[in-house]
Amino acid sequence: MTELLKIEGLTKAYPGVVANDGVGFSVRPGEVHALLGENGAGKSTLVKMIYGLVKPDSGTMHFAGQSFAPADPRAARAAGVAMVFQHFSLFEALNVAENVALGMENPPPMRQLAKRIREISTAYGLPLDPARLVGDLSAGERQRVEIVRCLLQDPKLLIMDEPTSVLTPQEVEILFHTLRKLSAEGTAILYISHKLEEIRTLCEGATILRAGKVVASCNPREKTARELAELMVGAELKVTDRAERKLGDVVLKVSGLSLAPLSQFGPSLKDLSLELRAGEVLGIGGVAGNGQEELLATLSGERPSAPGTVSLMGEDISGLGPNGRRAKGLLAAPEERLGHAAVPAMSLTENAILTGTMRKPLTRNGFVDQGAAKTFADEIIQAFDVRTPGSHVAARALSGGNLQKYVIGREVLQNPAVLVVNQPTWGVDAAAAASIRQALLDLAAKGAAVIAISQDLDELMEISDRFSALNEGRLSASRPTQGLTIEEIGMMLGGAHGMQEAAV
Amino acid sequence: MITLVRRPTPSQFWSYATPLLAVIATMIAGGILFAILGKHPVEAIRVIFWDPLFGGNASYFRGQLLVKAGPLILIACGLAVGFRAGIWNIGAEGQYIMGALFSAWLALKMYPAESHWLFPAMIVLGALGGFLWAMIPAVLKVLFGTSEILVSLMLVYVAENLLAYMAFGPLKNPEGFGFPGSRNLQDYPSAFNHELIEGTGMHWGVVAALIAVIFSYGLMHRHITGFRIRVAGEAPRAARFAGVIPARLVMLGLGMGGAFAGLAGMFEVSGPSGQITDSFNVGYGFTAIIVAFLGRLHPIGILLAGLLMALTYIGGDMAQLMLGLPSAAIQVFQGMLLFFLLAFDVLTNFRIRFGRVAA
Repeated sequence: MTELLKIEGLTKAYPGVVANDGVGFSVRPGEVHALLGENGAGKSTLVKMIYGLVKPDSGTMHFAGQSFAPADPRAARAAGVAMVFQHFSLFEALNVAENVALGMENPPPMRQLAKRIREISTAYGLPLDPARLVGDLSAGERQRVEIVRCLLQDPKLLIMDEPTSVLTPQEVEILFHTLRKLSAEGTAILYISHKLEEIRTLCEGATILRAGKVVASCNPREKTARELAELMVGAELKVTDRAERKLGDVVLKVSGLSLAPLSQFGPSLKDLSLELRAGEVLGIGGVAGNGQEELLATLSGERPSAPGTVSLMGEDISGLGPNGRRAKGLLAAPEERLGHAAVPAMSLTENAILTGTMRKPLTRNGFVDQGAAKTFADEIIQAFDVRTPGSHVAARALSGGNLQKYVIGREVLQNPAVLVVNQPTWGVDAAAAASIRQALLDLAAKGAAVIAISQDLDELMEISDRFSALNEGRLSASRPTQGLTIEEIGMMLGGAHGMQEAAV
Repeated sequence: MITLVRRPTPSQFWSYATPLLAVIATMIAGGILFAILGKHPVEAIRVIFWDPLFGGNASYFRGQLLVKAGPLILIACGLAVGFRAGIWNIGAEGQYIMGALFSAWLALKMYPAESHWLFPAMIVLGALGGFLWAMIPAVLKVLFGTSEILVSLMLVYVAENLLAYMAFGPLKNPEGFGFPGSRNLQDYPSAFNHELIEGTGMHWGVVAALIAVIFSYGLMHRHITGFRIRVAGEAPRAARFAGVIPARLVMLGLGMGGAFAGLAGMFEVSGPSGQITDSFNVGYGFTAIIVAFLGRLHPIGILLAGLLMALTYIGGDMAQLMLGLPSAAIQVFQGMLLFFLLAFDVLTNFRIRFGRVAA
């Protein structure tokens, strides 16, 4: 079969970094082709060039046998390229049909459009009610709107950027059905992800990028997930070492915890209860926006809760602020690194002072001991292999992975009794992620209790002893991770969030 | 083409160099302004910057320098604490008036009894007056989320009216032959904030300003409280994570500014001004905002900026007198200083690249 999309020697440089360096690959009609690589490997730049958002410095693209150099996304769409972005561009206050119409060049009359949306969405197993407000839809349903918007253009190539990061396993299953059907009809799909198992089930071809270059092309079904990961990272992957842990007494007990939403569209926490033993890692899974941030804020003490709801080693700490809890051994690392866990414009030394004063002797009579603070910062940098010219560097100058290692290291080195982390490896490269997970396991092995809140189910399976799901502000009862299947986890996460697959 | 490239870490060099650069740019732009007004630019700049220090009558003006710089530095030190935390107290002028009114009220009630305790008590009352006036926007902000910028600013005009009422009413000098204004505290030894060293302009207010510089340096750059205040200004969420309670921060930020401004008012009314009149306040509270930023919200910087601003005040007066420059031109000149400082600030956080950068 001839190629639908053929790319040769595509190069794009930004100041200080070559995002794509002589990239070449091709996609056949009807092929589901994976674009694989770590954060910053150049996947986004590559697809932005195909979609006409970025102009390449050099290299050629051919689409359906013709030279292809889209000046803007409109030209790309006209040629038959459609893209579903990781972050949706939808208006919450408008309904589904109105949102779809906004993205069209010449939208047909509303009634007709609604009919088309209904037809297409059922035909591909993604039923959608055109009259519903987008603000009322779940993340999975919003993604459907984006997909249907693309399908209305009858594309020859559909680009999907990390489509499953916001979905539960059941929702992923439905999406895959749709993609397979599209592929059977001859639509090629360029699928961007770093989730290896998904790619192995869905894709027939894969191009692996590392540091802007193509390092391998393969059929992902012929490789193991581990082999793919090593190609992606370019190094042998360290398997986390999960030592036998002895569980101690209950150290943290949460009962009947409720909390009003942090923001207008945020969820409230509803009657949460959990128990955590010394030496245990509790994994809390769930799609972001279901109360993760709220849970961290209330456990860290930023948003104290009603009396009697949170107790640490038998002592009620519900009313204590962050520093009161730190003094007693409950530490936390929030998801947002810049601006929450760390101050972007301040040096690493100053960021060590941010949370370190209660458990480390960084102050004398309230005055900051700069020497001690610098020693502590250097200790973190050393112990967690933070790549930085020194502790005087501003936090914002560090890469995401390095800053995350610093933030986690700062809390771990304070010997917490309980550590709560939210999305500990979000946006972090594989090597750094592995070392962060290992640090959490080591901490638990030393007898601390850890709560890991994460969207990454593989991660939670890897490090946690018990698993709970946080869904719409409710926490499920926990279950041992050993023997837990992905279907069971999916059901705990709220199944397909009320979404259904049309019978096709 | 000129492109701005963000520096990963703010430049140490430029954070010191930009104030100097701003002063030089102000001299150049100001010179052009004066030339357009038909004055000799070099002479005008010399009258403003040189004559007050080294000119013919410099011995008198050098004293004036401290008299003017004292309240500016004192107020700016307090304001800088709030500004660092992202709390914008624009009403120091009002707090300054209230400090003066509180302390003058005490002195005028005690008159003519002599006591060693009167002057210290006036200091306490002056600080209290400014503090309480600043607590109005603070409490409103904490309880109802009102803008401290608007409330503190509007309270300046309330304070000005109160000042006028006091000058014409309750605090009017009963032996003043009907003239508006209170008794002159310069004639009341226990309350008089006299010159400490003859001819230098050094009075207790200047001493207080120096103490304020040292105190706020210790607080903001050595103590954990100051660290948390700076975190709050940089990243409010990180501050909450570090255990900062926003309501307390608002109280502290506005309270420090108010108390210091009140102190400045007290030293002024008991010393250089001597009496409560309806024209007692001359804009120190507003100019101190410029001083705080010119000094990069750093106590040592504020000390230098306060002296510089005082110099442009005195020099500006001289230029009006000797060269016939309109007072508006002098105000524009002072405004330029802040304008250029903020503009050159870009260099601290950005690098400038000339020519095309691969986009």
